Amino acid sequence: MLAVQAQQPRFIFIGGIKVVSEQPQSFTMEQFYKQILQGKLVGGKCKKCGKVHLPPRPSCDNCFSKEFEWIELPRNGKLLTYTIIYVAPAQFQGMAPYAVGIVQLENGLKIPGMIRGVAPEQIKIGMPLTIDFGTCAATQQWPQWPRYHFKPA
Amino acid sequence: MKGKPLVSIVSAGLSKFGKLEGFYAREIFAEAAKEAFDRCPKLDPKKDIKALFVGQMGESYEHQGHTGATMADWAGLLHIPATRTEAACASSGAALRAGIYAVLSGLCDVVMVGGVEKMTHRTTAEVTEYLAMASDYPFEQWHGITFPGLFALMATAHMHEYGTTEKQLAMVAVKNHYHGSLNPKAHMQKEITLENALSSRVIAWPLKLYDCSLITDGASCLILTKPELAKKYTDTPVHIIGSGQASDTIGMYEREGFTSLTAAKLAAKKAYEMADVKPEDIDVAEVHDCFTIAEIITYEDLGFCKLGEGGRLVESGDTRLGGRIPVNTSGGLKAKGHPVGATGTAQAYEMYLQLTGQADKRQVKDAELGLTHNVGGSGATAAVHIYRRD
Repeated sequence: MLAVQAQQPRFIFIGGIKVVSEQPQSFTMEQFYKQILQGKLVGGKCKKCGKVHLPPRPSCDNCFSKEFEWIELPRNGKLLTYTIIYVAPAQFQGMAPYAVGIVQLENGLKIPGMIRGVAPEQIKIGMPLTIDFGTCAATQQWPQWPRYHFKPA
Repeated sequence: MKGKPLVSIVSAGLSKFGKLEGFYAREIFAEAAKEAFDRCPKLDPKKDIKALFVGQMGESYEHQGHTGATMADWAGLLHIPATRTEAACASSGAALRAGIYAVLSGLCDVVMVGGVEKMTHRTTAEVTEYLAMASDYPFEQWHGITFPGLFALMATAHMHEYGTTEKQLAMVAVKNHYHGSLNPKAHMQKEITLENALSSRVIAWPLKLYDCSLITDGASCLILTKPELAKKYTDTPVHIIGSGQASDTIGMYEREGFTSLTAAKLAAKKAYEMADVKPEDIDVAEVHDCFTIAEIITYEDLGFCKLGEGGRLVESGDTRLGGRIPVNTSGGLKAKGHPVGATGTAQAYEMYLQLTGQADKRQVKDAELGLTHNVGGSGATAAVHIYRRD
């Protein structure tokens, strides 16, 4: 069973979406994205073995502990690899061509995302990037998650 | 156990691959099953076959789930236990593995394993959406990363790390289309030029249209039995002497690197150890060329060349028919086509033909040892099998 919150959490509304205003007790991807909406890039740190999970997991895949704490992750990293998508799924067709890549954060963890604010031919493996929450809004369709992106640091 | 047959293939069937308009998946599967029955007159399908494992990736295509029973019914095998295996593009590689479990357990003397997918009646946008389900939703699909996009991320990394070129990627397509031109069941049976491939439209840079495998309809199947029973059914069985299957993170971004597939390397290691053979012993291989870069990475993962030399291996011509180690003599996913769920056992079908000397114009001379390599998604599943002629 997933971790159940012991107390009723307090909620705030951001962009019409109900968001937990305190750090949530469930170490889930939904809670990860709710914190993205608050401008925070977080991971779940296992209290037993110390492994940091991005995305968070409700149970540690290393030691199987269910005891975690949220930690803020570095916002800067370097680009490991990228592609320019020309043939896009329906909901992204208006944006194509667009760049997506995998970024290694300064603490070594990896995270994919779109790369904006740079011409495709200027994108280089190894370039420093930073996460941008500027245009983040939760989508209205399921799931109600926001999309962060990366831009040149 | 080392080097000894795990199970024996006594027959195999493959439908025509291509755009099979007006047919349902179950009808296509029945065509493959019929070929397998016809090839093996000593087999009484209704009496002898004790179970069916059938790979299929998506129920969205035909709004039809419950594939195991459906395929058993249409193949004329009513009432046997029938189960669908799903591991994205490795669905029937997993079915083959499940069939090996069933025979080795002693529970079944004879089983059918196979796979099927009916795709071409859907629009490209729909197929793209269904195929993307093989990748991670919350961090990959959600951020606009398509299925070709994942392999494009590998291609960019491989080009950066090892100097692999877009021309070398295109050479995989040219080679496999040449092989496909020799296969009467291939979806595309015409050769292409390097120029065709390099000038085709970009799908996910650096991958272009001709770097991508085809959206295809098709089905494939094998009849497996215990090695000691093989001669009861045929004089020319093919023995499976090594089997490896492994998994990896569903999110490609979580992996150590993007220039090789850990699951494929682990599955290959298991299969080589079990078969007691080395990469240089393999005479012919069918590998998962869902995108051209995947074949180049696979050369390295299987030990056909050193790390980083996959691009140069295709350039050398060693993997073309007549070369040192012909790869994808069927045309591969690239030209024979990639009806996702059917691919794993379609690769085994080609191995069955090659090792029984029935591959006609694309026959590898004196082929004794073969290998198949089937990958699911961006590499979260891989199944490798090694085959020996009787």
